[in-house]
Amino acid sequence: MQLTARQESLLAEARSYVAQEIAPYAGAWDENQAVPESAVAGFAARGHLGALVPREYGGAGLDAVSFGLLNEAVGYGCSSMRSLLTVHSMVVHAVTRWGSEQQRAHWLPRLAGGGSIGAFALSESEAGSDAGRLRTTAQRLPEGGYTLTGGKMWTTFGQRADVYLVFARLDGQITAFLVERGAPGLEVVPVTGMLGTRASLLAELRLDDCRVPADALVGRPGFGLSAVATSALDIGRYSVAWGCVGLLAACADASVAHADERVQFGRPLGEHQLVRRMIADMVTDTTAARLLCLRAGQLKDAGDPATVDATWTAKYFASVKAFRAAADTVQIFGAAGCAEGHPAQRMLRDAKIMEIIEGSTQVQQDYLAQAALRERAV
Amino acid sequence: MDAIKSATREFIGKYVRNRELADSDDLFASGFVNSLFVMQLVMFVESELATPVADEDLQMDNFRSVDAVAAFVARKAAATPAA
Repeated sequence: MQLTARQESLLAEARSYVAQEIAPYAGAWDENQAVPESAVAGFAARGHLGALVPREYGGAGLDAVSFGLLNEAVGYGCSSMRSLLTVHSMVVHAVTRWGSEQQRAHWLPRLAGGGSIGAFALSESEAGSDAGRLRTTAQRLPEGGYTLTGGKMWTTFGQRADVYLVFARLDGQITAFLVERGAPGLEVVPVTGMLGTRASLLAELRLDDCRVPADALVGRPGFGLSAVATSALDIGRYSVAWGCVGLLAACADASVAHADERVQFGRPLGEHQLVRRMIADMVTDTTAARLLCLRAGQLKDAGDPATVDATWTAKYFASVKAFRAAADTVQIFGAAGCAEGHPAQRMLRDAKIMEIIEGSTQVQQDYLAQAALRERAV
Repeated sequence: MDAIKSATREFIGKYVRNRELADSDDLFASGFVNSLFVMQLVMFVESELATPVADEDLQMDNFRSVDAVAAFVARKAAATPAA
């Protein structure tokens, strides 16, 4: 993998930080269904919440490949913390790309320093993959500003966020709004008991005549889905894909270590051919997924529209392979890996979530096949 | 203008299957493209046509056809003082 010296050093630093400050606690956070405030603060202090915030607004202004490497490092240790990086960076990207200069000046320094945590509120109970069916509405107020009514589901870090990027229909057209936590008419209800990424503080948002100011609108009316959400989801998908590379690597490392130590039938597990096959697949898939992510990142850094399809490919491959690797990791650990609190169990539950968020496996299969058929016709 | 139209036509051709498009055809009204196309077209206009797209440029009239994209690029170029 061709990385610059700066990217290598960023990856090494992030890995060291994750090994010390995140990975040892991921099990406890999963059990408690919450990452603690100290972890969010530590993440912010490292500048990671400002990863995608341009330097002139106080962020790190990372290139796409560097941002990807950070996601891999965090995803290696804890998928819930990687989720924070994902959704927060999606809001950062939306404001940077489609916000007005006033919105950028107001929000980006806060988002960069962690003074404001961002969350992405698109999904509704009846609008998941089919996001265009969303029902939340926005109405203009005669005195200026808007009022939002409806409900959002499964908002990652919704319990913790200070500002939400909410999508609602204004005059029937999907439009993006920045809604502050304290906006009158917004109720945040914790969602618990999820299968995976259990520490990612999910919430349901209830918007009842929720009032937001005129400058809450991001982009232009009618471009909420086609420009703001799609470009934010592209970043989210990219972040999840890299997080899956970290998950794959964590599965491979745990499996290799266990296969080397655990003896059955008089030989280490690693000397049993059927176990060796699982390990071979894990390490191959880790490398392949990393290369697909790297390609998507390099296309992003070049501003090439081909990054969109490359990101779908990377996320599809990485998430499907991460789930298989996690299932095989549980298999290699056997009963121990099935136990409550075991990392293999947590990684399997987390990996399943990766196949659902930011484009389900089936939506991706459909999209990628459609793209292949289209290219053949050209 | 012709070069811009030609490049735009070629780019759009990658995303529209089995259809001959006139430069004035409305891409969005006819359902030729999927929901990701606006983002891809914006990236193309920025990287290949070297024309920054700001939030206030998000108007369907700037992107709905080959003619619209060419007119948008020409307008932005005219509004930018020569370096």
